[in-house]
Amino acid sequence: MANIALPRPASQMLPNNQPVSIWLPAASLWWREMVRFYRQRSRVVGVILSPLVFWLLLGGGFARSFRTGTAGAEQNYLEYFFPGALVMIVLFTSIFTMMSVIEDRKEGFLLSVMVAPIHRSAIVLGKVLGGTTLSAIQGLIFLALAPAIGIRIGIDQFALVVLIVFLTAFALTALGFAIAWKLDSASAFHAIVNLFLIPLWLLSGALFPVSGASGWIRVLMRINPLTYGVESLRAVLFPQMVSNEDFALSTSIGILATFSAVVFAIAYVVANRRSTKPAA
Amino acid sequence: MTASSLQSRTAASEDLARPNSAIRVSGITHRYGDRVALNNVSFDVPTAEIFGLLGPNGSGKTSLFRILSTLMLPTSGTATILDADVVNASNAVRRNIGVVFQAQSVDIKLSASENLHHQGHLYGLRGRALDARVTEMLERVGLADRANERVETFSGGMQRRVELAKGLLHRPSVLLLDEPTTGLDPGARRDVWNYLNILRHSEAVTILVTTHLMEEAEKCDRLVILNEGNLVALGTPTELKSEIGGDVIVLESLDPAALAAGISNRFGLKALVVGDKVRLEIKNGHRFVTDVVEAFSGAVTSVSVSKPSLEDVFIARTGHRFWTEPQPAKSEKGKH
Repeated sequence: MANIALPRPASQMLPNNQPVSIWLPAASLWWREMVRFYRQRSRVVGVILSPLVFWLLLGGGFARSFRTGTAGAEQNYLEYFFPGALVMIVLFTSIFTMMSVIEDRKEGFLLSVMVAPIHRSAIVLGKVLGGTTLSAIQGLIFLALAPAIGIRIGIDQFALVVLIVFLTAFALTALGFAIAWKLDSASAFHAIVNLFLIPLWLLSGALFPVSGASGWIRVLMRINPLTYGVESLRAVLFPQMVSNEDFALSTSIGILATFSAVVFAIAYVVANRRSTKPAA
Repeated sequence: MTASSLQSRTAASEDLARPNSAIRVSGITHRYGDRVALNNVSFDVPTAEIFGLLGPNGSGKTSLFRILSTLMLPTSGTATILDADVVNASNAVRRNIGVVFQAQSVDIKLSASENLHHQGHLYGLRGRALDARVTEMLERVGLADRANERVETFSGGMQRRVELAKGLLHRPSVLLLDEPTTGLDPGARRDVWNYLNILRHSEAVTILVTTHLMEEAEKCDRLVILNEGNLVALGTPTELKSEIGGDVIVLESLDPAALAAGISNRFGLKALVVGDKVRLEIKNGHRFVTDVVEAFSGAVTSVSVSKPSLEDVFIARTGHRFWTEPQPAKSEKGKH
């Protein structure tokens, strides 16, 4: 493909008869998400400021409450709540970034992607990694404020937190993708997503611990994948607090990773389906 | 000729005389629920032909376009592009087609160059080869000097040209265009058609274009006319028009039904009431006009005589005017 000036057969322009590898299109779609994000200044402001605002209100609100006063092993509620707050930020941002799927469809952009000779997983991967990146950045900005409440973590803890945040963000973004793919309006997306979002978060151990919940709620909390995000974050950030052996760190991360893979596969199946209805 | 040589552009451009079909549509039927959008439509498009799909809104041309561009599965029937089936071999089809949609598909937040680079990546193109191809395409559509400006700052005509460059970036052998000149002024429209002709002649690209504009349909080598999902005519514009005998006379009257009946009785001709006008076909129309006006002097308020147009072909085949469809009820779902 060195000399491009002469008209040449299509077979020479395109290297072989296989579908284009998934990495180049996926990277290009990811890059587009980043560029579009950066060029819409209000989104940039939102992503950076919302964790800060959230943090300020949370810190201020909890300033005098729930402080147990006793030093040492006793955990105050703000510390208890911190992993849940982090997951909440990631949860909302992840799912709502996938509103861009609906925008892309409305703006016609998605059509030109869908007639390209690429594997559908490249479309899912590019879009989902785009959303994951944005929401993980937002989560990590929030994490950067951890020292303000006396949470000090080392580099290996930090790496683990990044991994957990990434997995959580990836799974939730893929979930948002799967929901958004079939919907044609932002309001429908809001309606469906709200149905999932709040219960998913409430039952994740973000507000109250699994151990203290009543029987059936405890079951729901155990099957909620988000619980493993919150619990694994808690295990990394406050290792001395975690006495609950049900949520061993490696098991929790394993469950998160499996959940990510499953949701990604669902998003792929949804996007790969062709029908006798108009695609867009 | 083997299937594999049909796939190759070289074969097409070096041997234009050899008959082969770049696009084959056979027995395509499509339904949206109970509504039949396409009813057993079949036609072939030879390599390097500019082929038109002419029809009013709701005629099924957009449905056919969606099926050919692999975006929708037909209810029944088959279609192949360069011998690859649009249902079973969609990746081979996608590799060979360039698609220009009626609706915008460029990302207005990206620059023209960024849009084309992204498009190239979707086709596995990268690096210096892609850079060179993007530059070449932007020059061809006259946007080289605006390459790094965001598409949202472009006029409608310029956005269409980015759209065209996008569809042609990977040198497709077959180009599918859905109403490509929508919203363009006559000059820009002419430019698009000139460019399509160049592509066909210099690179043997097969071009299928949907349109509802008669003047554009006239520029196609061959065309089909679709009406309510049925293929009502297939041929070159000249062939189709020559099927109509002589001239077309259109008479205006306050009571068109009575006038048509009177003409039929007196001259033994088939006079059609189309809308609020009476329409008939006859040889040496200019002479006939004097007879009619004399015979029905009070009833005729205006007369026109013309050579047949594609619209006359449409009327002759369907019995009604191109634009008098009950459009809101029949308009295609999801069409803009």
